[in-house]
Amino acid sequence: MTLQLAPDGRLKHLLTIDGLPRKLIEDLLDASDSLRSVALRGNKKLPLLRGRTIINLFFEASTRTRTTFELAAERLSADVVNLDVASSSTSKGESLLDTLATLEAMHCDMFVVRHPDSGAAHFIAEHVAPGVAVLNAGDGRHAHPTQALLDAYTIRRHKQRFEDLTIAVVGDVLHSRVARSELRAFGILGAGELRVIGPRTLLPPSIEELGVRVYTDMDAGVANADVIIMLRLQRERMRGVFLPSESEYFRRYGLTPERLALARPDCIVMHPGPMNRGIEIASEVADGPQSVILEQVSNGLAVRMAVMSHILGAQVPQMEASA
Amino acid sequence: MSRVLIRGALVRFPHLSIDRVADVLFEPGRVLGLDPGPAQARGAEIIDGRGRWLIPGLVDLATRLREPGATHKGDIRSEATAALLNGITHVVLPPDTRPVVDSTAVVELILRRAREGRGATVHVIGALTCGLGEDSLAELGALRAAGCIAVGNIGRAIGNSNLLRRALQYAASLDLPVHLQALDPWIGAGGVAHEGRVAALQGLAGIPETTETLALTRDLMLVEETGVRAHFARLSCARSVAILADAKARGLKVTADVAMPNVYLNEHDVLPFRSAAHLMPPLRTVADRDALQAGLSSGVIDALCSDHQPHDADAKLKPFPSAEPGASGVDSFLGLGLKLVGERLLSVESWLERCALAPRRILGLPAPQLEPGAVPDFALLDAAADRTLDASTMVSRGKNTPFYGWRLPGRVDLATVADRLWVRES
Repeated sequence: MTLQLAPDGRLKHLLTIDGLPRKLIEDLLDASDSLRSVALRGNKKLPLLRGRTIINLFFEASTRTRTTFELAAERLSADVVNLDVASSSTSKGESLLDTLATLEAMHCDMFVVRHPDSGAAHFIAEHVAPGVAVLNAGDGRHAHPTQALLDAYTIRRHKQRFEDLTIAVVGDVLHSRVARSELRAFGILGAGELRVIGPRTLLPPSIEELGVRVYTDMDAGVANADVIIMLRLQRERMRGVFLPSESEYFRRYGLTPERLALARPDCIVMHPGPMNRGIEIASEVADGPQSVILEQVSNGLAVRMAVMSHILGAQVPQMEASA
Repeated sequence: MSRVLIRGALVRFPHLSIDRVADVLFEPGRVLGLDPGPAQARGAEIIDGRGRWLIPGLVDLATRLREPGATHKGDIRSEATAALLNGITHVVLPPDTRPVVDSTAVVELILRRAREGRGATVHVIGALTCGLGEDSLAELGALRAAGCIAVGNIGRAIGNSNLLRRALQYAASLDLPVHLQALDPWIGAGGVAHEGRVAALQGLAGIPETTETLALTRDLMLVEETGVRAHFARLSCARSVAILADAKARGLKVTADVAMPNVYLNEHDVLPFRSAAHLMPPLRTVADRDALQAGLSSGVIDALCSDHQPHDADAKLKPFPSAEPGASGVDSFLGLGLKLVGERLLSVESWLERCALAPRRILGLPAPQLEPGAVPDFALLDAAADRTLDASTMVSRGKNTPFYGWRLPGRVDLATVADRLWVRES
């Protein structure tokens, strides 16, 4: 996809992981390393985006993701406006393009967009005024590229190289933009083996063609894994045509200490949040020593700072990577 | 304009075994003869037909006119005219208007508006069930009496197999042909693209082929049982072609059509989130497209249609899943058909068979004749001319087409049906 890549190889927008060069992803992860210490110390701001305006445009309610984007922008000294469109003008019948035009008239530099439609970020990037960047914060089932980058960053901090890793993604891959972006990112970074685990009702039919191994049996799927990523099970999928019940799902696909013991001893456990304890993951695992779930959240801040700086053309200073 | 003499055109009427250069003399409403003598042609307006083809008018089995219900997208006058200017002399309006065609009042309204216009002849398919719903039969006898050429469920699934079975029995007892679109109401409901590799990658809700094949199998069983005359509309996958071939081999007298975009395009054409390629039925795999082409060549699929669905710009200016499905089709129907000939997928004769003659048989319309007294029903076209399909060349109010910007062969210079005549200004 060339819509997001400028001729000089920089990102104009970040819409999807699809088509990103490996070097670009690694540069973003390196920049995240430099920014991590700033991200973790709230009282220290970098002036990288001073005078720039970023609008968080959320057509789907999300407190967590919006907050990390907001914090990331503030730590870079940008002005941030939060627009919860789910409860404002589009519900009054204004078209998406009208909303955009109105906001562009306020001269912003970047839209951070979350939308329930797959392809919405792409659509917005096609129609924004030249010079306005679009950062996809999740579009339908399609993509959530910053989540994939922060997960890649978290894995790299623990495992260094991707080549030898077996990474298992567990759960509702069908409806998951996180899974789609992660599988892409880990593939580009050269992961040794990618697995998806779940019942067939929650896996896209052609998923094997994406170069992943499919497991419908959880025990077999997590065996010898280096990384296990649990996906959130949306409440509306828990009963009905996709799954018989929450308890049956937990029995077959929940990550318990017993199942985790089948993976490599140094296996890390990840989850994009928010978690359903006792449905996809047992509390002992979520809070256990192999869990890096909270670290994902703080890494998310650094990665989003790195992406925003890159897109808006700010040079991230080389800093000592924090431990 | 009274009498018109088209001089020196290559007359291509395969059903009359005519494929030669001839002069055609006619007046609105009446053919006066082939190769008339000088006395007979005296005083007629002369149109130079040299280098052009005179062909039977094309017939489009699915043309949404958007009236009643969505006249901001198009209306009977605009879309029937757009059809005629593109060499289509008969269009068939499916029943999924708003309100749906389930009462004589709606049929009468449509046919009256059509008569007031100067475009292609409009035929109407009545709804098989009230509101195209799942509860009760529409007044099929009354719909036919009001002028419906057939009845059907086009665009809507009928999940209630008992209702469908009774509807087909009832239609059979009236000897009323039924146009069925094979759709399962539950599988793939809410889907926006073929359930395959592209939808998996792009995170688009999928429409599996079983949406169509399950319903097609059921519908064929019911057609066989009831003996109704049935036409299957808008097949989209290879498996459907095989199922249909099997039914025909068993001796079942059914016909089928495919929409032009499904013959050319495949699931990859929706990339990257092109709302113009958001179609229903969806664009499926390359193998499906190839099987549809093979079915057209072999005759398992009897007819091609444009599946014309004009939209206002706003309907498509949305993220892919929210954009309204469908493509404006009448402006590319002839050009894409000729392109199939150019690509040797069809001969000229089989193109005319699929786009002009078979649709007439499916509808029970007479094939166009050229003897004196016949009703004029033909088009004059320059097959060597080409043009770019874009807003400046499209006549339909809907400019939504996945073929936008394509260079397409063929330019219609004259089209006439009954007393309506259109001639391109030179």
